[in-house]
Amino acid sequence: MRSIWRTLDRRTVAAVAAACFAVGLFGVSYGASTIAAGFPMWMPIVMAVTVLAGGSELLFFGIVAAGGSPLAAVVAGLLLNARHLPYGLSAPEVFGRGWKRVLGIHVLNDESVAFATAPGDQERKRAAYWACGIGVALCWPLGATLGAALGSLVPDTSALGLDAVFPVILLALILPALRDRATLRPVLVGAGLAVSVAPFVPAGLPVLIALGGLAFALRPPTPEQVAA
Amino acid sequence: MNAPYLLPAMLALAVGTYALRWTGPAMRHRLRLSPRAIHLLDTGALVLLAALVATATLPTGSGHLGIALPAGVGVGGVLAWRRAPLLVTVLAAATTTALLRLIGVH
Repeated sequence: MRSIWRTLDRRTVAAVAAACFAVGLFGVSYGASTIAAGFPMWMPIVMAVTVLAGGSELLFFGIVAAGGSPLAAVVAGLLLNARHLPYGLSAPEVFGRGWKRVLGIHVLNDESVAFATAPGDQERKRAAYWACGIGVALCWPLGATLGAALGSLVPDTSALGLDAVFPVILLALILPALRDRATLRPVLVGAGLAVSVAPFVPAGLPVLIALGGLAFALRPPTPEQVAA
Repeated sequence: MNAPYLLPAMLALAVGTYALRWTGPAMRHRLRLSPRAIHLLDTGALVLLAALVATATLPTGSGHLGIALPAGVGVGGVLAWRRAPLLVTVLAAATTTALLRLIGVH
């Protein structure tokens, strides 16, 4: 673990800490809302450790609490988490080997992928991925435990503007890569696609549909290819 | 809350999510990819993340779309573009959203 911190500059360490802190705060609201819906305290905590994908856990308990079947909750949760497959395809090789790989794959999430896609050399990407991945894997369940323990004492997180934290963190992390125009075009098309289909399709699908924006990443064929 | 099959469902979500995470690196490991394909995949991660930002900022699917949240994310976005530290960016975004809601703008 020491080498992770040696590789990272202070700015990245501060960014990882901020991301983990924000995830922890969301964890508090997740734990509190799950308890308020009537689930036993251990359930959100076990889910936080084993699933480690916040949005799908909220969706899962939300569906069951609303009277939906557990099967529907699983399907919705997996649909929301389907983006992890293309994440894994596109992330640089940061997962390691052997037992480290088992853990390295488990800590693949929105924040750790965003750190791994930031410009920089492979060693720095790997270190930032692991630092953020482990940080989130600790802060999410800790936040959930705190929220579950405090229960109704936790204030409404939307009144505190905490729902702005998740998009802002991801936005700040991907901005450096978006300064490249060739990347910006498919990203903007994809984001537009996602927002425009969101009212009509289940949660999780808009983000996958956004991959259609990749069509705009294709360079036009060279004259030789057209002739052939 | 003791809905039937709740425990197996929790287990299925955990196992299924791990399988989704595992598939990407495992497939990439077995494929021989051209530089062009690798470039497309790199862009793919950014497209996914940006779409997540967009749908979390403009939750058009949820029915409670307002100004406070996009305004907060916008303030954070500008600060991030000017290379402000992440903590400052995040606090400014949350504060903007919270203040707008406090004065009744949603």
